[in-house]
Amino acid sequence: MVSRRQWTDWLVLAAIIIGAIVVILPFLLILVNSFKSPSDYANNGALSWPTTFYTDGIAAFWERVNFPAKLGNSILIAGLVSIFAVMVSVLNAYAIGIGRIKGRTWIIILFLVANTIPQEALLYPLYFMFKQVGLYDNIWSVIITFTVIQSAFGTYLLSSVFSTFPKEVLEAAALDGASRFQILWRVIVPISRPTISVLLVFFFIWTWNEFLIPLTFLVSNDNQTVPVAIATLQGQRLMDVTTTSASALLGLIPTLLFFLIFQRTLTRGITAGAVK
Amino acid sequence: MATLPAQLRPEGTREVRRHRTDESLLPGARSRGFWLYLIPGLVLFTVIILVPFVWNVYLSFTSYRGIKPPEWIGLDNWVKLLGDEKFWISFQNSIAMIVAMVVVPTLLGLVLAAILFDVVGKKFGGRVASFLRATYYLPQILPIAVAAVVIGWILRADDGALNQVLEAVGLGSLSHNWLGSPDTALLSIMVVMVWVQLGYPVVIFMAALQRVDPELYEAASLDGANWWQRFSSITVAIIRPEIFVVTLTCTIAALKVFGPVYTLTRGGPGTSTIVPSYYSYSEFFQSQQVGYGATIATALTIIVVVLTIGFIQAQNWVERKEREI
Repeated sequence: MVSRRQWTDWLVLAAIIIGAIVVILPFLLILVNSFKSPSDYANNGALSWPTTFYTDGIAAFWERVNFPAKLGNSILIAGLVSIFAVMVSVLNAYAIGIGRIKGRTWIIILFLVANTIPQEALLYPLYFMFKQVGLYDNIWSVIITFTVIQSAFGTYLLSSVFSTFPKEVLEAAALDGASRFQILWRVIVPISRPTISVLLVFFFIWTWNEFLIPLTFLVSNDNQTVPVAIATLQGQRLMDVTTTSASALLGLIPTLLFFLIFQRTLTRGITAGAVK
Repeated sequence: MATLPAQLRPEGTREVRRHRTDESLLPGARSRGFWLYLIPGLVLFTVIILVPFVWNVYLSFTSYRGIKPPEWIGLDNWVKLLGDEKFWISFQNSIAMIVAMVVVPTLLGLVLAAILFDVVGKKFGGRVASFLRATYYLPQILPIAVAAVVIGWILRADDGALNQVLEAVGLGSLSHNWLGSPDTALLSIMVVMVWVQLGYPVVIFMAALQRVDPELYEAASLDGANWWQRFSSITVAIIRPEIFVVTLTCTIAALKVFGPVYTLTRGGPGTSTIVPSYYSYSEFFQSQQVGYGATIATALTIIVVVLTIGFIQAQNWVERKEREI
């Protein structure tokens, strides 16, 4: 179905490709310079190929921040949040979308408002509360907080999906004598799996990328997440130029991996989320 | 004959009964029984969002330094806020963030999406188009703080890549302490945000363009419309819902920007890159002026909520007008 190309089409394509190169140039610069020694960088600049394959910068950063521990924290926090937030969203949406409880419109508006208010407006009271109950500087403070914040969005999305659930299926399940919980767990959840998996992936990545709340609640080195560890070390400006580059490289590798693994789910989700 | 009123149908009575408001979608189950499922969600919501939110509003009427209990001072913080030059500068900078995260990405994204869909997709094949789309989307997946580190690295003062490139091409006089000078620091952060945001409208708009009926385009071409005329009067009109969603969500995000400012400049030099969220954070945890920090955070919330309501009203108004025509 490719129609005839004119020279203007080639011109347009060239412009789009140049734009795309500008967009990925920072990634390439980071990749190349993470494998240079500081003296190589000083002598040959940022644009040259590394003269030797130098991995001390990456190793230095890896050990300095104890990167595996940060990765573990981020995976644990983002993973648990996405599971808990989906569970809470499913329960809420069952009551709102299937149960059609009274005042459901207002409850949905409440959840939506919660999703738009800035986190700063909750930050100090939450900080105070977690200090009181001994969860300050504990990853559970972040897990609980984001379970609620993400499930506010999940409730909104799943409620509208559940409210159009095929009635015949529900009727058949009820005739078979399934209890209310069995209908949710064995009928509605399996059939809604595409939407639920999109939510799982999104909650994971959103939580992984969060900054303000982990920065405030997780102060000790051992509890930090990957983005917080990289950003705070950058702020101290103690690292040489190629180690800084290596830190950025290590920060972007996990998200690049998620992107490659979940690419299809992501594009499905992004486009579904915009129209609703 | 699906439009017949329910009463006229033989099973009309059952239809009406089914739509009673206190009944769930499950046959024979009252909706009251479903409250049980909402309890965990509502309890969590109350503890983590509702209570802290109300508490924060209360703190904005107090003098509180985090140690002694808050002391009620009425509207003092709010009066101070209205006369606080730093606060107004932080909002001016928010407008710069809206330019960088909403205006530029939406306009550029519209043109890019239309070209990718219309020219690249149709003349060079869908695979080329989706590969280029993925490239433009790539910065979107980065944690915003990591994206800031990446660009901050390129903009380093003495040995950064950008300054080196400028020197290499003989423009060494243009090299600059990009993040450390008041005249370019805000601009540098804006560049980070454009880079990060651009992919989002491109992906959304390309998906929306699939709704555009090709026959409309052909008809317009036959009438002598050029590419730009078709783009502005057909494409933009049809994907307007997506344009609304993108501008609304990105405007909210722009007002909340925190990570790049914290990572790259901490609001400086001076107040040249301060934004409301960073200002309230520094009042909370650096100046220990918790009451005043809460006031800034509450003011930001009011602006976000008012803006959201205004946006939705505007969208409804436009849709109503459309239907009248």
